[in-house]
Amino acid sequence: MSADCIIELEHLWTRFEEQLVHHDISLCVKHGEILGIVGGSGSGKTTLLREMIGLQSPSQGVIRIFGRDLKNITHADAQNLRNRCGVLFQGGALFSTLNVFDNIAVPLREANLVEENIIRQLVCIKLSMVGLEVGAAGKFPAELSGGMVKRAALARALALEPELLFLDEPTAGLDPIASDSFVDLLGELHQELGFTVVMVTHDLDTLRDLCRRVAVLADGQLIAVGPLKEVMEVDHPFIRSFFHGRRGEQAFVGQEEKIHG
Amino acid sequence: MIGNVSGGITPASFAIQRSESGDVSVVLTGHWTLRGMARNAEPLIAQLLPYGRDPEVQWDLTQIVLLDSAGAYFLWRASKGKPPLHFKARPEHLALFRRWAARDVPDNPGVMAHSVSLWSILSYGLRTAVSHGYDFMALVGQFVLDLVYLVQHPKQIPIREISATIYRTGVRALGITAIVGLLIGIVVSYLSALELKAFGAQSFIVNILGLSIVRELGPMLAAILVAGRSGSSMTARLGVMRITQELDAMNSMGISQSQRLVLPKIIALIIALPLLVIWTDAAALLGGMFSANLEVGINFRQFIELLPGVVPVVNLWIGLSKGAVFGLVVASIACHFGLRIKPDTESLATETTNSVVTAITLVIVVDAIFAIIFQGVGLP
Repeated sequence: MSADCIIELEHLWTRFEEQLVHHDISLCVKHGEILGIVGGSGSGKTTLLREMIGLQSPSQGVIRIFGRDLKNITHADAQNLRNRCGVLFQGGALFSTLNVFDNIAVPLREANLVEENIIRQLVCIKLSMVGLEVGAAGKFPAELSGGMVKRAALARALALEPELLFLDEPTAGLDPIASDSFVDLLGELHQELGFTVVMVTHDLDTLRDLCRRVAVLADGQLIAVGPLKEVMEVDHPFIRSFFHGRRGEQAFVGQEEKIHG
Repeated sequence: MIGNVSGGITPASFAIQRSESGDVSVVLTGHWTLRGMARNAEPLIAQLLPYGRDPEVQWDLTQIVLLDSAGAYFLWRASKGKPPLHFKARPEHLALFRRWAARDVPDNPGVMAHSVSLWSILSYGLRTAVSHGYDFMALVGQFVLDLVYLVQHPKQIPIREISATIYRTGVRALGITAIVGLLIGIVVSYLSALELKAFGAQSFIVNILGLSIVRELGPMLAAILVAGRSGSSMTARLGVMRITQELDAMNSMGISQSQRLVLPKIIALIIALPLLVIWTDAAALLGGMFSANLEVGINFRQFIELLPGVVPVVNLWIGLSKGAVFGLVVASIACHFGLRIKPDTESLATETTNSVVTAITLVIVVDAIFAIIFQGVGLP
C-alpha cells in the first residue's frame, strides 16, 4: 500500500443482478487532493461513491479508507472511520424535522465529544464557515433555498472536522451564481482546512476550478485518471463528447489559454 | 491539517517553560482537534486564559501534531480574540486562524423556544379548527361539483383509477375482513348462547346474531378495518406525492387533483365498502352459525331458514347504506388529511395518524346518527 493513499480501491467489481456496473477498478486518492469522478449517467459514479462511503459493498475487490479494509472491519473501527468522513448528499439530505442548527448539531451530539454549550459555539463556527447567517439557524430545511440547503448540508458534513469529504453532485440544481459561489466556498475551505475531497460531478466548471485530478468512468471501467489537462488529451469517445463537446469547449476556452500561455 | 493515516490521537496538552531571563513560553503539543480536546476543551481554555492575557508570553504552536478549525477556535478564544504578540506556528496552521482575524464568531443563534401563552394555544387551536373546517368543506364541495361535471361529461370519468382503488381497498381487504368477521361472529354467538341457555330461549340466538351483525357489527367492522387499512394508505400516498412534488407537477399541467385523486378514491370506497359489508356479514354469520350449532344445537339449515323471518330485510339495506356513507367518510377524511401534509416527514406521520383516528371516530359518530334516525325501522 502506498502510504500516501487516503482511499485505495483494488480491482473492484460490482454486479447488480445481470448488470455489470464496475469492472476491475483500481484507484488511489491522495492525501489533501480534490478528485473529481466524472462519467455518463448510469456509468456507476454514484455507486462507486456509495461504496467508498460504505453504504454499499462491491461484489469483489478491496476498498481501503485510511488504510482500513472496509470488508473486515469491526463495528467500532467503522464508526471511527465514519466520524472522520463527511458526506454531502446530492439533495442535501437534511433532516426535515430539525432546523438548520439542530441538523448541524446532530453529528456533534451523536459523537458525544463535547458539552452542549461548546456544541452551540461549534455549530456557529460552522455556520459562519459556510457563509450562512446566524438567522438561518432557526429555519427548517423546507424554508431554505437550494443554495442554502447545500451550505447547511456542507456545514453538517464538516461538523466533526472530517479529514475526508465526499460530495455527490455538489452543484447540481443550483443556479450559476449560487453554483460558482459554492465552488469558491469549497475551494476556500479546502485550502483552510486541508481535507481530502472525492466528488462526483457533471459540472465542467466545478471540475476546472476545483479538481486537481479527474477520474473518468465509462463502460464500467476507469478510462483515465490524472490532471484535467492530461485526461482531456486521452482519445476515447466519452472524453471527446464530454470535454470537447460544445459545452466543454465553452468551459475550457479560457483554460486552454491559461495552460498554454 | 496534516492527517496521519492511522488515526491515533494524543490528547491536546501544553507545557509552560520559563527561561533563565524570566520569559514565559507556552508550548502546545498533541492533537488540538475536536477529538483530541473532547470533554477537556473548557478546562484547557480556562488554564490557558491567564497566559492569553499576558502580552509578554511566547506561544509555540509548532509542536502541535494536528490542528483543526475547532482547535483553532478554542485557541483563539484563549487568546481573547487577538493574535498574541509573540508566537510561532506552522504556516499551514496559520490559515485556520485567519478566519477569526477577519470576522467575529457569532455566539448565539437566535433559536430559542417561543413563549407559550394560553391565548396562543387557544388561538392556534381555533385557527387549526377553522382551517380544517374550511378545507374539508372545500374538498366535499369540489367533489360534488366534479360529480356534476362528470355526469355531464361521462367520457372523462376516471374509470381506471376508480377500479384500481376498488381493487386495492376492496379485493385486497377480503382476507382480513373475513377473519375478523368470523371470529367476532363466533364470540358474539358463544356469549349470547351462554346467557340464552339460562333462560331457555336458545332459538332467539338467530334474532340476536342476525340483527346485531347485519345492522351494526358488519358495517362497523368493515368500516373500521378499511379506515385503518386504506385510509392510512390514501393519506400517506397523497403526502408522498406532495413531498416528491407530484402534486405540483399535476397542478402545473392543469390536471385537477380533486378529479384525479380525490374523486376516484371516494367513489371507489362508496362502491367497495358496501360490498365488504356483505362479505363481513356473511363471514360473521357463518362464525355465529358454527358457534350456535355447537352451543345450543341449532343446525345450519334451521338457522338459515329462521333468519329471514326474524330479521326484516330492511336491516340489510340500512347496513349497506351505512357502508356507503362510511366509505364516503373514510375516503374524504383520508384525502383531506393527505392534502394537508407538508413536505416533511413529521407532518406525514402526524397527518396519517390524524386521518385514521378522525376517520374511525367519525364512523362511530355517523353510526350513532344512523341509530337515532332509524330507531323505529326494521326492529321487531
